[in-house]
Amino acid sequence: MRRDRVSSSKENETTQAKLIPVYIMGKRYQVPEDLTIMTAMEYAGYQLKRGAGCREGFCGACVTVYRSADDYKLKAGLACQTVVEPEMYVAQIPFTPANKPTYDIKELQPSISAIQTIYPEVMRCLSCNSCTKVCPQNIEVMDYIQAAVRGDIAKLADLSFDCIMCGICAMRCPAEIVQYNMALLGRRLYGKYLSKKGPYLEKRVEEIKEGKYEQGMQELMRADRETLSRRYDERDIESG
Amino acid sequence: MYPDYMRESLKKVERTRPARLKIARSGEKIFPLMSAKEREEVLKDFHPDYKPDSLREIRVGANKGEKITSEVANLLESHSRINPDDFDLSRIDYDTDVLVIGGGGAGAAAALLARENGARLIMATKLRMGDANSMMSQGGIQAAVNPNDSPLIHYLDAMGGGHFDSKPELVRALTRDAPGVIRWLEDLGVMFDRDPDGNMVTKLGGGTSRKRMHSARDYTGAAIMRVLRDEVRNHPEDIQVIEFSPAVELLMDDKGQVAGTLLYNLETEEYEIVRAKSTIIATGGYGRLHIKDFATTNHYGATADGLVLGYRAGANLLYMDAVQYHPTGAVYPEQIMGFLITEKVRGLGGQPVNKHGQLFVFPLEPRDVETASFIRECTERDNGIKTPTGKVGVWLDSPLIEAISGEGTIRRDLPAMYRQYDRFEIDITREPMLVFPTLHYQNGGLEINDKCETKLRGLYVAGEASGGVHGRNRLMGNSVLDYNVFGRRAGIRAAVAARKVKLGKLTLDHVRRYEKALKEAGIRTSRISPILLPDYTRPETKSRQLTAHYEGTLR
Repeated sequence: MRRDRVSSSKENETTQAKLIPVYIMGKRYQVPEDLTIMTAMEYAGYQLKRGAGCREGFCGACVTVYRSADDYKLKAGLACQTVVEPEMYVAQIPFTPANKPTYDIKELQPSISAIQTIYPEVMRCLSCNSCTKVCPQNIEVMDYIQAAVRGDIAKLADLSFDCIMCGICAMRCPAEIVQYNMALLGRRLYGKYLSKKGPYLEKRVEEIKEGKYEQGMQELMRADRETLSRRYDERDIESG
Repeated sequence: MYPDYMRESLKKVERTRPARLKIARSGEKIFPLMSAKEREEVLKDFHPDYKPDSLREIRVGANKGEKITSEVANLLESHSRINPDDFDLSRIDYDTDVLVIGGGGAGAAAALLARENGARLIMATKLRMGDANSMMSQGGIQAAVNPNDSPLIHYLDAMGGGHFDSKPELVRALTRDAPGVIRWLEDLGVMFDRDPDGNMVTKLGGGTSRKRMHSARDYTGAAIMRVLRDEVRNHPEDIQVIEFSPAVELLMDDKGQVAGTLLYNLETEEYEIVRAKSTIIATGGYGRLHIKDFATTNHYGATADGLVLGYRAGANLLYMDAVQYHPTGAVYPEQIMGFLITEKVRGLGGQPVNKHGQLFVFPLEPRDVETASFIRECTERDNGIKTPTGKVGVWLDSPLIEAISGEGTIRRDLPAMYRQYDRFEIDITREPMLVFPTLHYQNGGLEINDKCETKLRGLYVAGEASGGVHGRNRLMGNSVLDYNVFGRRAGIRAAVAARKVKLGKLTLDHVRRYEKALKEAGIRTSRISPILLPDYTRPETKSRQLTAHYEGTLR
């Protein structure tokens, strides 16, 4: 150990954290205990090209497979969201070469037939729950797969909504299902065809097409700063 | 879990909550809105842009002599990554109608519309397609759709929020196209939040006078970006996506038109030449420059590459002196420092309160005003809460949301926020979040007109890289809208224009000219740009990398 108390990079300023050993791709490094796997790798000297994305848990770029000390289980998580543990082993999987068939959303029916045609392997789900257990978003993956098998697209869309498409489920699935791509198809079908549409949006789009606001817009665009400022201050504000 | 010493302050927040709830329920104003004069004063005294060293004069290029954000000036007063003499520009690797640089929301929207308008195209992106700030936006997208709203009111809100500096033609495009954009996204299959009648659920945002914020839980950006990315991938015959290949310089031709780019393969370290009849810069913003050492909400790739490319070729910048700090970035726990806490938290009724549990500002002032007020509360008034590592923040009272709208609201409408804090054993349905302003958005950028054209023929810009849409301060929900509106417009214009373009001989003379200008201005520096990736390697590590070679921040 070179030093036992250190400060890290600008990205994750830690003042006085204790150093702990972690194994990055099998190699031992000493890193501050309060870092995430991602910032620990940077602390250790890695410059990330793949495997770093939004760094806030929204993009799924930083899939990491890891094992805790004294445990035989391989776990998976997002490097940007998982705090390091002493003696953990980590490896990054920044790309999933998963199947993504092309389709024309306009030609599809919002029913089980679309899913059967494009992702037929979904029907092979073994209900083993491996996908759900591994999901870093705690999504009920198996339940949405089962919803898809039943043709319940609304349920599929709702349960899968928070998916960040990191791909860990597909890598774990013994039935070779690409859960996250299939779920996106389900959500698109739901959003386009099944969700009830109210009248306001269509009406406003029509009004704009007919030029209803054009004259008012031209006036606003010509208005000087003082006039605009006055009209701005006079706006009535809708209450929360 | 919050440390014990914060308990006392947390109790105060709990004690004042019933009274604050009562006012919120009454429909009365919960806190007076600031007048224009008050806003100006708090900005002047507390907004980071007004600190003396925030701006400096840029000494080269189209904006020479203008004061811009110092970190951006440094980036622009830097050498190219390449030596033009090394390149044989007759050896073309890719020839295309339209080149889209950037794989975020603006790039994807541009690609889809360019394709619809008959172009074949290449999308080149530094990281993966969809690795962008677009993916991370949480709160919503504005569009004047409700009967009590109109594009005119949206126009006025956006103009006022931007302190009347926005370009009118751009604000017109933004507000006029907005309902059509929602319709387009709905048609592609984006699942927006809806009420039982099927109309969109809409909320207020900072500086909006109507409920105009459309959302998809608090994964709004992700919901849109996932669909756009999927749709781009449905057309591999027309749209070739090249990932992990940032653009490092534009190419021009001998007639002065922009004519493509040089790509750098981050993995094989080769350069490739893309010749294009139209080039769209959709590279996003600059949060990873960590301006004034602020933490940022931005994506790893947000290093302002497009600004450098465009500026070096001769395009000009607009409002490059205004940085947007989002008022609510996480400040505790340490691991999520700087992370975005969506404005939707305040849209749903969450209130910023100080260490005494007092509400100290109207929760939805425009972002710059809200930011300055938070900083004032934590500095001059000393009413902030200190973290164990010496940072300071104010409470964002999220449990109030559940009190106003019922138990379960947070888990339904803010699942990402709930999950984020739950990972660190903080239950935001019961305890508030600790927040401080964080570097969020590049208000200015490369100047465009309402067709996304720049002053350079053949060069278009869309999304956060562009300047003029938001003046000096963007409102919540107008950036997701921006990248859709102007991404689409750029795609259409670039495709239509490409039909008539005849390119001449390719050249990198603009890079030579820029280097000459640096020299003539007496700028002696080892800086290289675009930087492509932020620099998070520790100095101690660098000091031991004795055979490593750094080109700027890249090893």
